[in-house]
Amino acid sequence: MQILQYLINGISIGSVYAIIALGYTMVYGIAKMLNFAHGDIIMVGAYISFCVTSYLGLPAWVSVVAAVAVCTVLGIVIEGLAYKPLRGTPSLAVLITAIGVSYFLQNAAQLIWSSSPKNFTSVVTMKPISLAGGKIVVTGEVLLTVAACILVMVGLTLFTSKTRTGKAMRAVSEDRDAAQLMGINVNQTISTTFAIGSALAAVAGVLLCSTVPTLQPTTGSMPGIRAFTAAVFGGIGSIPGAMLGGILLGIIETFSKAYLSTQFSDAIVFSVLIVILLVKPAGLLGKQIQEKV
Amino acid sequence: MKKILNNKTTRTNLLTYLVVIVAFAVMQAMNSAGMLGSSMKGFLVPICVYISLAVSLNLLVGICGELSLGHAGFMGIGAFSGVIIAALLKDVVANDFLRLLLAMVCGGVFAGVVGFLIGVPVLRLRGDYLAIVTLAFGEIMKNIIGNLYAGTDSEGFHMAISTSKMKLAAGGKYIVSGPLGATGIQKLATFTMGFLLVLFTLFIVQNLINSKEGRAIRAVRDNRIAAESVGINVTAFRMKAFVVSAFLAGMAGALFGLNYSSVTASKFNFNTSINILVFVVLGGMGNILGSVISATVLYVLPEAMRGLQDYRMILYAIVLILVMLFTWSPKVKEFMSVIADKVSGVFKKKEAGTNE
Amino acid sequence: MNEYSKKIVKVPTVNLFREQDKDKQPVLDVRNLGIDFGGLTAVDGFNITVGPTEISGLIGPNGAGKTTIFNLLTGVYQPTRGSVLINGVDIKGMPTHKVNRLGIARTFQNIRLFTDMTALDNVKVGMHHDIKCSFLGSLLHLPSYYKAEKKANEKAMELLDFMGLADVADVKAGSLPYGVQRRLEIVRALATDPSIILLDEPAAGMNPSETTELMHQIRRIRDTFHIAIFLIEHDMNLVMNVCEAIAVVNYGRLIAKGTPEEIRANPAVIEAYLGKEEGSADAEN
Repeated sequence: MQILQYLINGISIGSVYAIIALGYTMVYGIAKMLNFAHGDIIMVGAYISFCVTSYLGLPAWVSVVAAVAVCTVLGIVIEGLAYKPLRGTPSLAVLITAIGVSYFLQNAAQLIWSSSPKNFTSVVTMKPISLAGGKIVVTGEVLLTVAACILVMVGLTLFTSKTRTGKAMRAVSEDRDAAQLMGINVNQTISTTFAIGSALAAVAGVLLCSTVPTLQPTTGSMPGIRAFTAAVFGGIGSIPGAMLGGILLGIIETFSKAYLSTQFSDAIVFSVLIVILLVKPAGLLGKQIQEKV
Repeated sequence: MKKILNNKTTRTNLLTYLVVIVAFAVMQAMNSAGMLGSSMKGFLVPICVYISLAVSLNLLVGICGELSLGHAGFMGIGAFSGVIIAALLKDVVANDFLRLLLAMVCGGVFAGVVGFLIGVPVLRLRGDYLAIVTLAFGEIMKNIIGNLYAGTDSEGFHMAISTSKMKLAAGGKYIVSGPLGATGIQKLATFTMGFLLVLFTLFIVQNLINSKEGRAIRAVRDNRIAAESVGINVTAFRMKAFVVSAFLAGMAGALFGLNYSSVTASKFNFNTSINILVFVVLGGMGNILGSVISATVLYVLPEAMRGLQDYRMILYAIVLILVMLFTWSPKVKEFMSVIADKVSGVFKKKEAGTNE
Repeated sequence: MNEYSKKIVKVPTVNLFREQDKDKQPVLDVRNLGIDFGGLTAVDGFNITVGPTEISGLIGPNGAGKTTIFNLLTGVYQPTRGSVLINGVDIKGMPTHKVNRLGIARTFQNIRLFTDMTALDNVKVGMHHDIKCSFLGSLLHLPSYYKAEKKANEKAMELLDFMGLADVADVKAGSLPYGVQRRLEIVRALATDPSIILLDEPAAGMNPSETTELMHQIRRIRDTFHIAIFLIEHDMNLVMNVCEAIAVVNYGRLIAKGTPEEIRANPAVIEAYLGKEEGSADAEN
């Protein structure tokens, strides 16, 4: 029974990772850049939600909408100001800029909200469900997180396969130059990708802080790194891969904490990542590209 | 023709040494004249450490073209092994300078060996995947060091990676105690040693770049398939660069650890790795002198802005973004050149005016 | 597999060795070589032997699988069937850099120089295994380093001079003119001290006078270094004048082998290649 409980917890935290990882993977697939500031967008989303509920006293769903709106705009603005001018330059230059943006967001948050941790009130008011005579407890957060994850996954799959913009995104990620020649507005497509990724980050931020209620300017960085490894784990650039990678990472993390060692859970998670990459260098669902000679 | 080229490379190398030596002499002179504030004095050793780290990382990122996000891991290995060795040798080697040197060499060797062990499986990966694996490795190292216990008692030296396994007899003394890190470190580090470390790092890295191994490494970066076709074993050279880089980072880490009375594993986290990478990229990839200068400036910059208090880190972030935009963005460059043309045009007009 | 496979004209399995190569082990011995990419057979049943000082050519229409064959011979691709023996050693499972050490060097159709390095350094990378200096010697710049570098510089300059490139020794490879880059690639291949070099369209992008010069140089390479040369080329003038034996491939299959005269007269070749292609845009490439 205990094992089932851990599995549920793992899937729950893994779902958060998966939602964050989707943002990483979409941006990587389309703009070919590692957006290191992605984790900090999560933090901003959580703060916005926190402010709306705690300071304005508005209901939880309003706070989520506000967080999504602010983060979407933030994502577009960051892309336009910091990344767009660097399109076509070496990926390391963009990476360092992303690091700069990450520092900026963290320190701006520190100025606005101070570095002392805020106690985030969960957006879920539902009482936990007890199963198997109280041996398994499913909290409202868990249900919401998993539901959100499934919703996002289905939504994104439909979006990329059915809509015009979604198809444009896939085309750009496949071959940017060819897509441009076919009349796709590449800049706008990248902008849209950032908007979607950032909106997802806001959702992830609210979910993350509902589960782990401590909120501070560095809240986003570690889950950000975790989610990034999850994206690579599943095969970076692949949407189902990010999903799978995120959930597996969450399960591995929970299980290693429960059965192996609490102190070494980080080491175990990252070791598994290394092993996976050595066996399948392009990640679980990634495509291996052979270089043409 | 060939002589000229050789002279040019040699000249750049010599210039780098010269800059470092002059900077050292100036700082020493200012120090003895009492012109340095206490905070500035405290910077001297870390600056040397970060210069060495930046130069050694530049070997990987700039020369090999491989992104590493776990350099702080090697620094951490060096720091903790250095601190432990220095503590163990306390009664064996009386001379502080020699003990520091031994600790640094051991720190370097440990980091180099770990670099080799990791490199064997990992260096088959390329690009972003290698980057993510180095990141993972850095986190693993931080995690292990953060749970490391080491100490001495009447029975000798004990080491374990969990509290329960660590049993020191009465009167035993902890050198490293898990998450609390190493405490009660005897501060052996000196600016002179920092200076020597920088010189040694420059010597090794610049020599390596200008040797047959360095040529092979650059060839692999330029065109891997062509390099393989002329008999270059790509993995072997990536490994050599990786191990040398880890060794130098370990030495720098040992000096860093022995510069403070206590040090914790969390110091050697992802952010530190990233900071070193920022030094390398802003100094210019493959540009050794650039790494030296940018490490110095960027280390001092946030400290120099301390007067701005809460705003300093946010300003640092803005400076970082702006520098990247100004050095890389084609549009910004174009804009700047237009401005420069206009300005010089104004001056030319003035000149013409005065000539008349 | 296709209509041409039926039309293959029987020629001796061993190519026409030059008089001096008789009774010597072939430097390149390819048996029944084949590779599939996914379900697609790119090369199948390819056989050839090249004598120690032979100049032979590999021709065929675009997309016939010529470069794929070169990639198979140098270990870039692992074959699905058959074997490649270089100086009698099977290259099966060997990585490219080890295959090179058996004595095979190559140039690339789309030039692959180390563009950021000088011409001299490009050659010195080729001489890597010839430079005797330990890793420690390199790191510390011990006297052995200076001695080895001096020797390497001299030999590299000699090689560059041989192909008339001594003047550009200190120019970055990426900024050299196209024809010069092609020749530099040949020098770099020669620097690995091979017993056979593969030239993938060495005359591509060269003007007629450069091509004539190249023809002389190819013969001079063979006569000076006593090595075999195996080349892919669309310029029929060069192939017919320089090569002593020619293999023709189409759709990944060998359709003919023989001397230039035999190839000229071969009906299968004429149909597949020369009859339609000669004198057209393809030859001018």
